[in-house]
Amino acid sequence: MPIIEARGLCKTYRVYQKEGGLLSAVRGLFSRKYKEIKAVDQVSFAIEPGEIVGFLGPNGAGKTTTLKMLAGLIYPTQGDATVLGYVPWQRPDAFRRRFSLVMGQKNQLWWDLPAADSFQLHREIYSLPADSFQKTLGELTELFGAKDLSKQPVRELSLGERMKMELIAALLHQPQLLLLDEPTIGLDVIAQVTITKCLREYNASRGVTILLTSHYMKDVEALCKRVLIITHGKLVYDGLLSGITEQFGQYKLVKLQLEDEHAAGLESFGEVARREGPSVDLHVDRAKIGEVIAAILQKHRVLDMSVQDPPLDQVISRVFQEGQAGATPQP
Amino acid sequence: MQPLSLSQSLVKYLKILRISLVERLVYRGDFLLATVFRFLPLITTFLLWDAVYTSRREMLDRQGHASEPVEMSGFSLQQMTAYLLLVQISRMFSSMPGLASGLARDIRDGNIKKYLLQPIDLLAYLLAYRGAHKIAYIITSSLPYAVLFFFFRDVFPGWPSWGTLGLYALSLMLGFVIGFFFEACVGLAGFWFLEVTSFIYIIGTLNFFVSGHMFPLDLLDPSLTAVLKYLPFQYLAYFPAMVFLEMKSAAELTEGFIIEATWAASMIVLAKFLYWRGLKRYSAFGG
Repeated sequence: MPIIEARGLCKTYRVYQKEGGLLSAVRGLFSRKYKEIKAVDQVSFAIEPGEIVGFLGPNGAGKTTTLKMLAGLIYPTQGDATVLGYVPWQRPDAFRRRFSLVMGQKNQLWWDLPAADSFQLHREIYSLPADSFQKTLGELTELFGAKDLSKQPVRELSLGERMKMELIAALLHQPQLLLLDEPTIGLDVIAQVTITKCLREYNASRGVTILLTSHYMKDVEALCKRVLIITHGKLVYDGLLSGITEQFGQYKLVKLQLEDEHAAGLESFGEVARREGPSVDLHVDRAKIGEVIAAILQKHRVLDMSVQDPPLDQVISRVFQEGQAGATPQP
Repeated sequence: MQPLSLSQSLVKYLKILRISLVERLVYRGDFLLATVFRFLPLITTFLLWDAVYTSRREMLDRQGHASEPVEMSGFSLQQMTAYLLLVQISRMFSSMPGLASGLARDIRDGNIKKYLLQPIDLLAYLLAYRGAHKIAYIITSSLPYAVLFFFFRDVFPGWPSWGTLGLYALSLMLGFVIGFFFEACVGLAGFWFLEVTSFIYIIGTLNFFVSGHMFPLDLLDPSLTAVLKYLPFQYLAYFPAMVFLEMKSAAELTEGFIIEATWAASMIVLAKFLYWRGLKRYSAFGG
């Protein structure tokens, strides 16, 4: 049975339309214009136990809104969902004991107290038995390498250290599902790598299911086999991370090392993305890659050549830009 | 996991109270300042009433009523002073600084999410937290208050009976409940209004006056006091002080406690209702 099942989720927000200026502000006192915004539009997917799934999309695409519906914070305008066998927005305690939502931009720990006190509070909120709480806490601080941090007031911790504490707090009650909204936002590369490594290990050892949004492709590549891509509220891709390039990468990156540094007419093979004397990067249409390579070899003396897929983040940003335009939703 | 029984969940919130107590004690400096500065307005109030009674005395003397004691609506200067001291104790239990504004802010900034994600009831949590806040405050200010009361010991006729002390404790506890849930209701208005600061300010100012914090309500017009008796405000300051001073008849006490208990229960129900409606609205629009 899937851990998360979303069926045709829709969320429409009503937003107050206000023009700038004093006059319109005064007018707004008496009558207000509202505009309906479809934040999430017919989103369906299923996630199986133990999966780590990346949830990608540009800002405002509907990622966080979807996560909020799955966590039960808001209810959908249409559609329904089951999470861990419950309807999330009914918020039964039994459901709330079994998942965690961590938002990278929100702080859930007591700011002026050491994290250890917040952990104790968590223990009481979730009514965890003392011995298993101590054991889990020990394992988690070990995993995150955060033994000495829990005694310092949270406000004195660095952003990366604080995120570790947030994650430890979120995992204390051993949730089966972890919803992460930008867990590495604002972190330096080292902290990012540590956090993703810990999450991967925790997933491997505990089999926790993770659904995460992130703007850092490095996180996603390090953690997720499968991704969902959402733009303008619509799900445009649901499949393997490696499949994105095949479906959306229209070109291949051909790196050439030519003998003649003044070689002309390269534009006819494809878009010249970079040229530094004899070394040239070409974007070549995927469908024509064979014939184009043959033509290049025929017309130019080539010292070295490689054919690669374009970098993932470039492909994805192109998907984001195109939005719904060229893409079709996957079942 | 089994759902918790009532006693287990009570224990849960008591433990939360204990941890919150630790949190409150972090802010030692704030406590100290709050305690010291709380006495400053009290001194000016005493000086004011002293002046009022002195001029009344002089007036009576001039009119040749030198033997007549100075009283205002049945309050001698001693009783007035005792009343003003006791109102401080009432407010120690019933005032909830920052509760309404904090709750409204949490709603607006979305921090309320925290309580929706965890298996916890927001109002019960805030009550435990506030209880801890109160305990910490009462402990830290008990010494300065003891000094203050000792200094003014002559204005009290002596210790009231055990029965009166029991009723006094009850009136303070009910005052705490009314104060907490009333402020919570004001804060929960944040679900419907983006900004509730001016609302909170108006209520605070009004409360200072009609709760009897400023002066005994007996000084007001009897028609007004008759109305105020049925409102929740006087149970936050005036009523407990009058219980301690034994200045109410048995019938008045009975009536007072019935009204106070009814308000306490109504406020709980109202706060729970507003929270339930507010969450429905929040889940539909906000997040």
